[in-house]
Amino acid sequence: MEADYAVIGGGVVGLSVAWGLLRRGKRVTVLDGDDGSFRASRGNFGLVWVQSKGMKQPRYASWSQQSAAAWAGFAAELEDGTGRSVGLQQNGGYDLHFSEETLYATVAQYDALKDKLGGNYPYEVLGRNALSREEPHIGPKVTGAILHHQDGHANPLRLLVSLAEDVRRLGGKVLNGKTVTAVAKPDAFTVHCSDGTVVTADRVVLSAGLGAMELGPKLGFKAPVRPQRGQVLITEKLPKLINRPSLIARQVDEGGIQIGATNEEVGLDDGVTQPGLSGLAAEAIAAYPALAKAQLVRSWGALRILSPDGLPIYQESPEMPGAYLVTCHSGITLAAAHALFLPDWLEGTAAAPDLEVFSEDRFPVS
Amino acid sequence: MKTDSPFLELEDGAPRVRVWFDGQPLDLPAGANLAAALLTAGVQVFRHTPVSGAPRAPFCMMGACFECLVETGGRVQQACMLEVEDGMRIDRPHETEAGNATV
Repeated sequence: MEADYAVIGGGVVGLSVAWGLLRRGKRVTVLDGDDGSFRASRGNFGLVWVQSKGMKQPRYASWSQQSAAAWAGFAAELEDGTGRSVGLQQNGGYDLHFSEETLYATVAQYDALKDKLGGNYPYEVLGRNALSREEPHIGPKVTGAILHHQDGHANPLRLLVSLAEDVRRLGGKVLNGKTVTAVAKPDAFTVHCSDGTVVTADRVVLSAGLGAMELGPKLGFKAPVRPQRGQVLITEKLPKLINRPSLIARQVDEGGIQIGATNEEVGLDDGVTQPGLSGLAAEAIAAYPALAKAQLVRSWGALRILSPDGLPIYQESPEMPGAYLVTCHSGITLAAAHALFLPDWLEGTAAAPDLEVFSEDRFPVS
Repeated sequence: MKTDSPFLELEDGAPRVRVWFDGQPLDLPAGANLAAALLTAGVQVFRHTPVSGAPRAPFCMMGACFECLVETGGRVQQACMLEVEDGMRIDRPHETEAGNATV
């Protein structure tokens, strides 16, 4: 047996899980795709985000909170291992509103969620004046914002690089350019790739993002995930313009402003469109008028991995015990939970987090 | 501006026009690539980064790297994607905002 775990998928989700297993002394082999794969870890928005998550399922809100709370320690450990920062900033984040109606409708939802979370949901409503003091460049069309103190952001590309490097430093194998075609369990697991590579392992974690659409059912999962496109823009590096991130825009640690993101049901198409980018730019300028003069240096599309209810899926295969499906659309936010808490669930220790609501039992039999 | 550029001008027949870079007058070949013309005229620092204040100059010369950004006509643009025009006023972008830019 060459590995305790074979992790299928070398994005932020798979590498976070692999890193967490390695630091507990497990032997791990990660099978990463190639540049033709849909790689959400290379195209995402980089938020470490709590607000608005789990409005209908408080456990998702608290799971995101647990991860956000563990992020600083996770980032520090990665920095110790690699000597590089992942650009984590957790000074709060905004939900910006252009009308009082939407602002207070959202506040009502947050109030209800706060009750279900036992009061642990630290947010405040900032009117125009208060917001202008925090964000001098905010535009006149913004009527107010919800500032949530558990929100933040990181540099997702640095996170990906640091994880890949630290997984190797900890003795993990990362095999790039692999397309997994079949997984068999004659005794232990054998994972077969299109190039003839075979990896044997005691257990398998399927964290292949949209790759689970095809591989999931082969391992006995429902894996009802679908792509949802997000187009984003990034500006030239600018002087400090934005202090805290929002879903509309954030200034990354390197100075550029990332503007996001569309939500489009267009299948496996990760391209960009002129209407999509124009709409993003217009909204960002409404929020921060100074952006009207900024140069855009890049735009791209990437595909979110969404379950029917938007929540993560954590499921052991009923047909192939020892195979686990781990998938979510918030791989950055949940990276710390996946690295630090999910190994307990995979190993079935007493410290395992309760992830029952994230099982596939919630989906109807197809 | 001192003309001690390491760049050679291959064609010197084009008529010269007066432009201003950072307030200094320069006579550059009309219609030439602005980034190339500024380099040839001895401009070595096109701007300072707004993050660290480090000096920057053209790198890719093909519109991809955004290192040669200058401000002209109220817009921040890549010098390598512009042509020299009579009377152009070219400034270093974000210079007033970047308090730590000293080079």
